[in-house]
Amino acid sequence: MANEQKGVSRRDFLKTTGIATGALVGGGLIGGLVGYNVNKDGVQTKGGTQNAENHDTTSVKGLMFFTKRADFNILSQAVERIFPEDDLGPGAIGLGVPYFIDNQLAGNYGSNAREYMQGPFFAGEATQGYQSRLTRAEIFRQGIAMMEDEAQKRYQKGFTELDGGQMDEILTSIQKNEVEMKGVSSEFFFRLLRQATLEGAYADPIYNGNTNMDGWRMKGFPGHQMAYINVIEEEKFQKIEPKSISSMQH
Amino acid sequence: MAKTLDKVDVVTVGVGWMGGIIAAECAKAGLKVRGLERGKPRGTEDYLMVHDEYRYAIRYELMQDLSKETITFRNHRKMRALPMRQLGSFLLGEGLGGAGTHWNGHTFRFLPYDFQIKTMTEKKYGKNKLSKDYLLQDWGVTYDELEPYFDKYEKTTGISGENTNPFAGKRSSEFPTPPMKKTPILKKFENAATSLGYHPYMLPSANLSEVYENPDGQTIGACQYCGFCERFGCEYGAKTSPEITVVPTAMKTGNFDITFHANVVEVLKSGNKVTGVRYVDTQSGEEFIQPAEVVVLTSYVMNNAKLLMVSKIGEQYNPDTGRGTLGKNYGYQILPTVTGFFNEQMNVFMGAGALGMTIDDFNGDSFDHSDLDFIHGASISITQTGYRPIQINPVPPETPAWGSDFKKASIENYTRMLSIGGQGASMPHKENFMSLDPDYRDAYGVPLLQLTYNFTEQDRNMHKYLTDRIAEIMKEMGAKTVVPGNPISDYDIVPYQTTHNTGGTIMGTDPANSVVNTYLQHWDAENLFVVGAGNFPHNGGYNPTGTIGALAYRTAEAILKYSKNGGSLV
Repeated sequence: MANEQKGVSRRDFLKTTGIATGALVGGGLIGGLVGYNVNKDGVQTKGGTQNAENHDTTSVKGLMFFTKRADFNILSQAVERIFPEDDLGPGAIGLGVPYFIDNQLAGNYGSNAREYMQGPFFAGEATQGYQSRLTRAEIFRQGIAMMEDEAQKRYQKGFTELDGGQMDEILTSIQKNEVEMKGVSSEFFFRLLRQATLEGAYADPIYNGNTNMDGWRMKGFPGHQMAYINVIEEEKFQKIEPKSISSMQH
Repeated sequence: MAKTLDKVDVVTVGVGWMGGIIAAECAKAGLKVRGLERGKPRGTEDYLMVHDEYRYAIRYELMQDLSKETITFRNHRKMRALPMRQLGSFLLGEGLGGAGTHWNGHTFRFLPYDFQIKTMTEKKYGKNKLSKDYLLQDWGVTYDELEPYFDKYEKTTGISGENTNPFAGKRSSEFPTPPMKKTPILKKFENAATSLGYHPYMLPSANLSEVYENPDGQTIGACQYCGFCERFGCEYGAKTSPEITVVPTAMKTGNFDITFHANVVEVLKSGNKVTGVRYVDTQSGEEFIQPAEVVVLTSYVMNNAKLLMVSKIGEQYNPDTGRGTLGKNYGYQILPTVTGFFNEQMNVFMGAGALGMTIDDFNGDSFDHSDLDFIHGASISITQTGYRPIQINPVPPETPAWGSDFKKASIENYTRMLSIGGQGASMPHKENFMSLDPDYRDAYGVPLLQLTYNFTEQDRNMHKYLTDRIAEIMKEMGAKTVVPGNPISDYDIVPYQTTHNTGGTIMGTDPANSVVNTYLQHWDAENLFVVGAGNFPHNGGYNPTGTIGALAYRTAEAILKYSKNGGSLV
């Protein structure tokens, strides 16, 4: 525990929050504490390999949305160009970003479940935002087919057979809105693709991206930490080993 | 057919800060209160695994489900209004606690100038400082009259702060808890602002510096500076929110209950009184009528206005004639911002929502506007809220938006970038208003609220002037590269700006130019109260929650008086 290394016991921590004094802070938190592997003395009782209720947390990545491997490979190459592997660390593929995006497209994100999707639809002004009748899943499907078409048109090759510079040329055209799409602009698709890439690189690894928390490690972000109250006044930059929310024990 | 329920003394539409305050005060005084909340119950126990940027900050777990209801938007009357299909510019709340669950906790008192803005501006600068298109008006209540209620709200919420701001209104007591920790990042700002002759003070915070028990016996925890605050709930119960204060206070009286998944679609009016509300149970689809002696609209700014419009209570504002008051004086906030890139790495990922330092040297009428082409100004703050990696990818100008150079620069600068921002006042303009949309409907068949809004000349001038002042502070802080925000042009509903929407149901002393009187009692229905930032005739240079908290406490007192005596309170 990073905090214990800095000389802060869990007991002190609980005391500073008022929890150990017997105050019911907000209701239910003490119940939560007991339920989350903390015994009466406030001592952590389990390590991080299993979650709070002893479920096995082995993670297997797989495709939930794409049906053709070829489509998944195009997505993978495109996001790797956006966030490439370099001397700082892994790129989008190494971070599992393509799986993150695939998995998200299969759920609420892909179906725009919590967004207003009723017609009538009009293109609107840029200041009015997303006005497509298409869901994100439909936009990605169309966008990937479009990337393959562009590759064939320009180079008579599949997208994944192009060299990096050729891929960048196509991505730049998409970004600049030079490629025709139906029901959505290519510029909008690019923004979606770029944003999803960053989300996959830096979301908690429970979403199947940010493999091994290496996105966070590169950036110096420690992920989920219980508290910084004892270090926030330090002048020196604090290097802290990141933790996933799946390790949540308090 | 809607099923009619037993009558209650008071019904609140929505249970966030406003609903919670009204419920607590009325229930303590013995009135039977029912809260109708369209979202679900939630509380501290739901936030144990809240340190998840993707779920909460990016996919908006705690915010309004727009598939059920949104608003439509256009910049001006000649543009076709279209639905806000995704959240962006502002984040509407839903569920117990409302936006009070995922707020940051900046808790200011509007300046004495704000409440008498028309009188004071005209006195000092004459009648023509702003053109007649700006619908400036006094609020009808002064800072001094509101002071006891500011005090009460701050004591309920335990605000952490220091009474050293020379521009603030007079306080009857000190802050309930001491200020938060002054971190190295805050000190950089403090030193720079001081050396420029300004007056920095610790931002009044609802993330508490120490454990606090409020006068109602509710305990608020001590902030742990975990860096997950705005857009999140607090797993420590250390960010004051309705669920841990006013809601349990109301509950423990035995006089308050909440019906969840209850979406109010109409306020029922008969003669000069309202009789109750009609709501849809969002789970069963059944309709109910909840009769009440007093109806209090305590949902967000937009929905309060919409409910009055669909219920045909009050006269819709017409920008052509200037007639009507409902929907007028929509206000937002003007946000001058400057980014600075530094050589040294800083602990930017640590923080709390309201951890910051502020100056008011350029807020309200703290500075002379004689030679300036705008009025009012902004509180200028540095905040250390905890940078999270999906949202914060800072790159210096001219860096590509993707690829190798982007990756390197965004990683390098994540821990080396600070920004200073202003919460700028928003002056009401005759073309900025709310109405009902003729085309789009919500999931219950009710028209959506339509927002017509754009930045105006006053906003652009203020933004430019303040951006220059902020850039000077950033330079003084030692940034190697200072990047002032672009000048504002048209309001864009896509990027997040602020959830400080105001107006539409404004307060005042005359039914000709306000929807409610200064007790937030509707001019056309004496047992209907409308509470929230919708009451602001203009938006001030601060976050609004402290001021609406004060107005809500004043209104709670008025409702108790009305319950005994009836009639108009003015």
